[in-house]
Amino acid sequence: MDPRGFCRQTRLVIVAGKGGVGKTTVSAAMARMASRLGLSCLIVEVEGRSSLAATFGLADQVGYDEQVLAPASEADGTGEIRARTLTPDRALIEYLEDHGLGRTSRRLVRSGALDVVSTGAPGIKDILVLGKVKQLESMAAADLIVLDTPAAGHAVTFLMSARGLLDAVNVGPIQTQAADVLELLTDASRCQVMLVTLPEETPVNEVVETAFALEERVGADLGPVVVNGLYPALGLDADPAELARAESVELAPKDAEALRRAADFRTRRHGLQEEQVLRLAEALPLPQLRLPAIFAADLGRPELDKLADAMLAAVEALEPARP
Amino acid sequence: MTVDPGDAADPVTVDELVAARSVVVCCGPGGVGKTTTAAVVALEGAMRGRRAVVVTIDPARRLADALGLESLSDEPRLIDSKGRWDGELWALMLDTKSTFDTLVSKYAGRPEQAEAILSNRFYRNISSALSGTQEYMAMEKLFELHDENRFDLIVVDTPPTRNALDFIDAPRRLTRFLDNRIFRLLMLPARAGLKIVNAAAQPLLRTVSKVIGVQVVQDAIAFFRAFEGMEDGFRDRAQRVLALLSEPSTAFVLVSSPRRDAVDEADFFARKLLEANIGVEALVVNRMHPRFGDRTAEWAREKAKSSPPPLRPFYENLADLYQVADGEDAHLRTLVDRVAPAPAVRVPLLASDVHDLEGLSEVRSYVFAG
Repeated sequence: MDPRGFCRQTRLVIVAGKGGVGKTTVSAAMARMASRLGLSCLIVEVEGRSSLAATFGLADQVGYDEQVLAPASEADGTGEIRARTLTPDRALIEYLEDHGLGRTSRRLVRSGALDVVSTGAPGIKDILVLGKVKQLESMAAADLIVLDTPAAGHAVTFLMSARGLLDAVNVGPIQTQAADVLELLTDASRCQVMLVTLPEETPVNEVVETAFALEERVGADLGPVVVNGLYPALGLDADPAELARAESVELAPKDAEALRRAADFRTRRHGLQEEQVLRLAEALPLPQLRLPAIFAADLGRPELDKLADAMLAAVEALEPARP
Repeated sequence: MTVDPGDAADPVTVDELVAARSVVVCCGPGGVGKTTTAAVVALEGAMRGRRAVVVTIDPARRLADALGLESLSDEPRLIDSKGRWDGELWALMLDTKSTFDTLVSKYAGRPEQAEAILSNRFYRNISSALSGTQEYMAMEKLFELHDENRFDLIVVDTPPTRNALDFIDAPRRLTRFLDNRIFRLLMLPARAGLKIVNAAAQPLLRTVSKVIGVQVVQDAIAFFRAFEGMEDGFRDRAQRVLALLSEPSTAFVLVSSPRRDAVDEADFFARKLLEANIGVEALVVNRMHPRFGDRTAEWAREKAKSSPPPLRPFYENLADLYQVADGEDAHLRTLVDRVAPAPAVRVPLLASDVHDLEGLSEVRSYVFAG
């Protein structure tokens, strides 16, 4: 599949998955890939304290206001990468201001009244954030908007908020907001969800559950599943001590032992990962984008480029888009 | 099939925790094996002849099955030892809503008051969705079990929260929520015998209603009105829960994985706990990558370049694995120092996820020496 076409299928791509599977990394790699194809990209974070800024070599966390992570370059034809972190409180104030309630908005927020009431109607905070995302999507804030969803199993609840709220609240601007958000989430030409998982037992089980929940309960269109952290196969079947003898190089017994055990470990882990990838393919009829494990301790620009390369290659290998 | 755990350092013992404490709280970021660790601690307790119970929050299904937990329940279930341990091992999967319901019933003045609250839509939402409710109920369950005096070791798993102190703050936060002065004002017209409509006619509430709909606001008013008079009971209870958590017989065990994001979060937890004067008494790091031999990543990379082609991938692989292990050690250094002198126990990456008692026993062999 043409990668540029892939990036332009929908303006909004929602990256979802459990905590620790690498959602932020995948969001960054996706942005990097789009940027290389000359597209501008906006990464929207929902929770603070992410490693996104550090990955792009910036010291500060990404705040509510948009900031540039990587500028566009005419020389190499890359698009700009920007990011911002949406918080319900700021989204709420903006929302009230947009709805002619600017004067009372601060008072409402300060008194805690709205907080108390919105707690009783779960999803209001999520809908405020998603409403803001919808606004960014309709104003075409970038060629590609990547939404990095909150972790800890909230993805489904987060995306379900629109539907849940429509059941609970049947009048008023929040209701309109929820209806608009739901329309966006269920419109396959505007939005797709890219699930991220690891080739391990529990993450695979969880991603399968999430996929079905998103399809059945939210009605969202699912893009390919990203399988993150795969050990590349190295072909380590031989015995290193024998290889050394055959090549007439010296190999201390303790090093031969370390090489053999390390090779054994890698081979077994690789086998276990393959099993899980197959299990995932059987349980979930979605194309997979497989990304390699990064062995470096910290993720920086070179590692990000490596992941963007891998993602690009994986996208190219996908079947063409559905008609 | 087992995966070679590599040359791990000798595990430090955390035996004292299990032998001498009556409450162990396992906290840490999500997805690092907190539930498994909690179950292992309780299992060790049972092995030592104690009556142990583990309160789990959201176990993976197969582990829940192994522990005999088919569904959420308010009552602990005894796990058949089949002669494998002398003590008792009980398990319970927290049912947040029913724990909350019990609490409401306990503090309601009359059955009608409880009924009015339990059937209120606003209550139904906060009892499942108010941030911190799950944490609060986990602590409430802990307190209840402690109060009943049926067990001599209670191990609690905590929900994967962003904020370490949620489960300590949650009781206070909820009482503050129930205390909200806006709603104290709202209840005034009720006392004067006026109707809900009048309360909702106040300008501030009119604005709130305009934004989120009048019906949500009316549900809220009805809830706070029904709740009136119960705040004291809740506040008092929250105080006692907090007191139990600060007792010396309660130990906090921090659980993490060696991944950078998990360690950062665990370190944040550790700092918050220390600030609250609650020490971390042990650190358990699950899923450590093994280290093979005593060379370095640089050495292996160099050898990968200078060796004959057939040997290169072997050195590359060794270098990759050293790099992972080095990264993990580097990530953990600050955290290990922060919790010191509390022991840091490293559990290697296992070949499969833990979903039976055998798996728990394997992890146990790494956490507890001997």
